Amino acid sequence: MSNTLMENPIAAQSAWPAWFTAEQATALAEYEKSPTPTRKNEPWRFANLKPLDLSAFVEAKPVASEGRLINASAGLAETSAKLVLGNNTLLHRESSLPEGVIFETLETAATKHTDLFKKYFMSQPVELGSLKYAALHKARLTGGAFLFVPANTSVELPIEIFQWVEGANASVFPHTLIVCGENSSVTVVDYFKSADKLPAFACGVNDLHLAAGAKLTYVSVQDWSHETTAFHLNSTSVDRNATCTALIANFGGGFVRGESLSRLIGEGSRSEMFSINPVEGTREIDQRTLQDHVAPHATSDLLYLNALDDKSRTIFAGLIKVEPGAKGTDAYQKVKNLILSDDADPNSMPGLEILNDEVRCSHGATNGPVSDEELFYMQARGIKRDAGRRLIVNGFFNSLLERIENENLRTHLEQLLAKRLAIA
Amino acid sequence: MSLKIENLHANIGDREILKGLNLEMPKGEVHAIMGKNGSGKSTLAKVMAGHPDYEVSAGQVLLDGLNLFEMEEPDQRARTGLFVAFQYPMEVPGVTIANFIRAALQARLPEGEELDAVDYYHHLYEKMDLLKIDRKFTSRAVNEGFSGGEKKRCEILQMAMLNPVYAVLDETDSGLDIDALRIVSEGVNAMRSPERGLLVITHYQRLLDYIVPDVVHVMVDGRIVMSGDKTLAHKLEAEGYDWVEKELLQKA
Repeated sequence: MSNTLMENPIAAQSAWPAWFTAEQATALAEYEKSPTPTRKNEPWRFANLKPLDLSAFVEAKPVASEGRLINASAGLAETSAKLVLGNNTLLHRESSLPEGVIFETLETAATKHTDLFKKYFMSQPVELGSLKYAALHKARLTGGAFLFVPANTSVELPIEIFQWVEGANASVFPHTLIVCGENSSVTVVDYFKSADKLPAFACGVNDLHLAAGAKLTYVSVQDWSHETTAFHLNSTSVDRNATCTALIANFGGGFVRGESLSRLIGEGSRSEMFSINPVEGTREIDQRTLQDHVAPHATSDLLYLNALDDKSRTIFAGLIKVEPGAKGTDAYQKVKNLILSDDADPNSMPGLEILNDEVRCSHGATNGPVSDEELFYMQARGIKRDAGRRLIVNGFFNSLLERIENENLRTHLEQLLAKRLAIA
Repeated sequence: MSLKIENLHANIGDREILKGLNLEMPKGEVHAIMGKNGSGKSTLAKVMAGHPDYEVSAGQVLLDGLNLFEMEEPDQRARTGLFVAFQYPMEVPGVTIANFIRAALQARLPEGEELDAVDYYHHLYEKMDLLKIDRKFTSRAVNEGFSGGEKKRCEILQMAMLNPVYAVLDETDSGLDIDALRIVSEGVNAMRSPERGLLVITHYQRLLDYIVPDVVHVMVDGRIVMSGDKTLAHKLEAEGYDWVEKELLQKA
């Protein structure tokens, strides 16, 4: 095999500047020399390691069904800009963004906005176990989305990004880099989708940077095929009085490893980390999180909801870390597992590491079945048991979607969820 | 055509609560069941609805001749035309009233047929206006954080939307102030029809000033022990339930 994921050399026609191609060569060497994780590594406790065998995956070919994918890249009724990428390359772009906002492919940004790119590109530490896969991502990266919102600029309507994979065993490396200037505000919805019900490999990075007073709502709608192995490495850096609300909806993927780091680097900053995970069959969602309180008087609020059916599996391992200088920290971490089947396997490992005494922290994990009383009430109204159960699962997740302020976005997400749960 | 309960025995765990209950309500009538706390009134409502905590050991309930207990799942009974308004309606977090009722109506349609959304909301708002329920309630989660009165109104709204053939209203008056009682009663009265039977369960005669029954039944210790017209309710209110027990002793 000359075209497996690993053997294929970095594409000669790559649009990257030479300095970045050189960095990629280094990253590839790092990937190759890093050992494959074992369960003895704390960040891989309980992890299923079988999906780490990537030998079946090959380099993605150029997209064949370009028109179909562009047409299917429909989300909100009203947006201010849209970027559609397929197999790591740009398929479509539209924009009516305010002046000064940069919304480009990542490779264009590397050339045209080199300073910004160099300052923010993968600048956060990878602390949650996937250093090896971050290196792979960088080594194989051919494109992505770059958004820069300058200071004091508000983007009223949401921006949408669609990142597609097409082809059996194709590998994609989605990347979204968002930089919000001081007192700017923006909402971004990032969709990850499969063209067909085929196995694929996705190894993505999303980095969010908020300068002082910025406000960002970021939603990841991960809707890969159920045959996909996916890594999503997310980081958020929130400066003084800035607020980030990040929601990760894992609707798809057969094996999904998600790592989310949120660093509260400025006083009074706020980071909301939400996730909704409906899992069934033998699907598996492995999520590791770190709320790193560097600055004082910052707030982080993590709420992850899993609904597990059949033989599905979830892992949640979260840590709240309060650094010595972070007095007045408010940090919350909660994972709730709704158990729909006796064979489902939820694993929760919430954790705290507090190096300052003046803090308020809480963490916890709950497991519970669908309430018989709720189910009976539904049935007493004529709703069939199975439909009632789906409605309860829908309600379980909806109670988190209520935390999304933008009404159009919330309604849109509610619709996507209802569709995902076969209610509407 | 009637709702007919024959020799119904039901227990929770090893405690028998219904001990041979008989009652027949012809379609088109409104009957009331009155009884003290603990006489088994709410158990009757829940047993009919199919609550899994209760076990029926004997007897049957016939809905226009169809045996309810041959329908194992509660949803089958509901779709056959039975509605029970519960004394303590359950909270369903995250499920809006609009979606809840919509799912219940959808369940009554043949496979593959879709409820018309515009018609649905039109109909829903009409009924909400009648019950003086703010339209904002459609997007609130079912019963979550509702006051007692709001829960009862929400039950009657569901009844109005689902259009049952027989409805059992369990203590629909409890927790209502006088204004709410009037509104809820108007909602119930609007449902009176030759095509429907309403069985109103209550502890107090007060409700029956608003929803005037054709027949009043008195329940003691899991059985109907006395039936009469609406004056029986007044008699009970004046003399108390002790009077019934004395009467029974005299007859015995």
